[in-house]
Amino acid sequence: MTQVSFEASFQKKIDEEIMIEPQDYMPDEYRKTLIRQISQHAHSEIVGMLPEANWITRAPSLRRKAVLLAKVQDEGGHGLYLYSAAETLGITRDQMLHQLHTGAAKYSSIFNYPTITWADMGAIGWLVDGAAIMNQVPLCRTSYGPYARAMVRVCKEESFHQRQGYEIMLSLAKGTPVQKQMAQDALNRWWAPALMMFGPLDAVSPNTAKSMEWRIKRFTNDELRQRFIDVTVEQIRILGLELPDANIKWNEERGHYDSSELNWDEFWNVVKGNGPCNKERLATRVKAWEDGAWVREAASAYAEKRKTKKAA
Amino acid sequence: MSSITTLKYTLQLADNVLIMGQRLAAWCGKGPVLEQDIALTNISLDQIGQARSLYQYAALIINNMPAADKAHLFNAPLLQEKINNQHTITEDDLAYLRDAWDFRNCLLVEQENGDWAYTVARSFFFDRFQYLLYAALQKSMDSTLAAIAEKSLKEVQYHIKWASEWVIRLGDGTAISKEKMQQALQARWEYTGELFAMNAIEQAAMQANIGVDVSSLQQAYQQQIEAIVNEASLQMPTAAWMQTGGKNGVHTEHLGYILAEMQYLQRAYPNMEW
Repeated sequence: MTQVSFEASFQKKIDEEIMIEPQDYMPDEYRKTLIRQISQHAHSEIVGMLPEANWITRAPSLRRKAVLLAKVQDEGGHGLYLYSAAETLGITRDQMLHQLHTGAAKYSSIFNYPTITWADMGAIGWLVDGAAIMNQVPLCRTSYGPYARAMVRVCKEESFHQRQGYEIMLSLAKGTPVQKQMAQDALNRWWAPALMMFGPLDAVSPNTAKSMEWRIKRFTNDELRQRFIDVTVEQIRILGLELPDANIKWNEERGHYDSSELNWDEFWNVVKGNGPCNKERLATRVKAWEDGAWVREAASAYAEKRKTKKAA
Repeated sequence: MSSITTLKYTLQLADNVLIMGQRLAAWCGKGPVLEQDIALTNISLDQIGQARSLYQYAALIINNMPAADKAHLFNAPLLQEKINNQHTITEDDLAYLRDAWDFRNCLLVEQENGDWAYTVARSFFFDRFQYLLYAALQKSMDSTLAAIAEKSLKEVQYHIKWASEWVIRLGDGTAISKEKMQQALQARWEYTGELFAMNAIEQAAMQANIGVDVSSLQQAYQQQIEAIVNEASLQMPTAAWMQTGGKNGVHTEHLGYILAEMQYLQRAYPNMEW
């Protein structure tokens, strides 16, 4: 087959909703887009462990401690599946981590915000994992097989995470006045950053069009963001908290809630590395990696010795 | 048998696994490799789960005790007031409202995480003890403690495998890892003597046939530790002096900080549901 017919057969599979598998032909750009997206997703899982791990040792009850620990551990597991899925595209986990540590690869900006009260554990589970689910459920049908299969597992666990976050918020909202205030404060701080998780406006999103054509993405950033707002406003009402944006109003004509324009300068500023915790999060990951170097070297040396012994 | 003996014995068992689990939880997100991050949080989760079962049982004993018997159980004023006011005591009251001098965990578990070798050494020494302890505790006349021991033993079998494998891997890995592992074993060994020194609670619990004679476990412990240390081509650590105190409420300076961190929300916002 010629290059042209390879590409035609690739697009035909995409159009017929046949999943692309690692051994199949794929255009370089498709491979690159997927590596970028999956590794960014994997990095988000492991950097995302940090803001929540921040509260494990201070969780207010033993049950909350155990549930939060299990939850953060799940995020690590998601990182593992996703790194493995990306490895099928011809990149190693070490290479991807190198890209993270040198700043060449990004992770979700949401994790560059600080977790300053216990209520942030509720807000993250509810809003951040909730937004993640909305982004990720369509990815269970994404065109690349290993990514789609990893996402099926990830989504199952994420919905449990969202419930635990919402349950924390519910306990606080139904608690004492100061607990309710804590919940409101967390909602107010996490609302806009959570909406920004869906990415830039469609009009300026550099990757959306091609990703839609290749069925890596199935809905645009704005579509998903609107869906999230519509669902979440109802949940805020159930909690009995104030809406975090005075401009949230039902629009009969659109059949959706209207809300304020997001502060995109802030978004790009955090993406560029100037968020409140960008430097700290990356430094923590780099330190963990560097501190662990001698451990990984010892483990490989030991494995090598065992292999030699077995061969002898 | 006095229920105070069962209570105090149960709390001592619980304190060990809570503090150990709390220490290991601090590794979350910072392990040398993702798989080990997950393995360590698994162990931490098991220990916090064991602590919860034990504290729940201890809370039940307190709630069922005649008022006169429980008028002076703890130094911590917040907890003791709750008991005296006939509040129903929960696992969280016991974990979050006692201060360091009420805790009876051994000194070993409160030692700092240090680097990977120090964390491995502490788990290696503690988990091996827990294995022998729970195996014996399964025969306790107290059926709740026996049941908790039986369930926990299954988990600890995995913990000792994890820790032993790392001692061997680091001991027989590179020159650097060998040196670090040897140093860590040497540094933590002085906290192992206390595990087998019977305190008054353990004496009373043993006499009542609910607790384990920990002094009788020392020989098997020594042999099992030595076997792994040899396999790792390391030297058995030595100690000129074994540190004791935690089991009698006289702790190292670390415990106060562990509790300050762990209990902070319950202290800053008392009497709330979370």
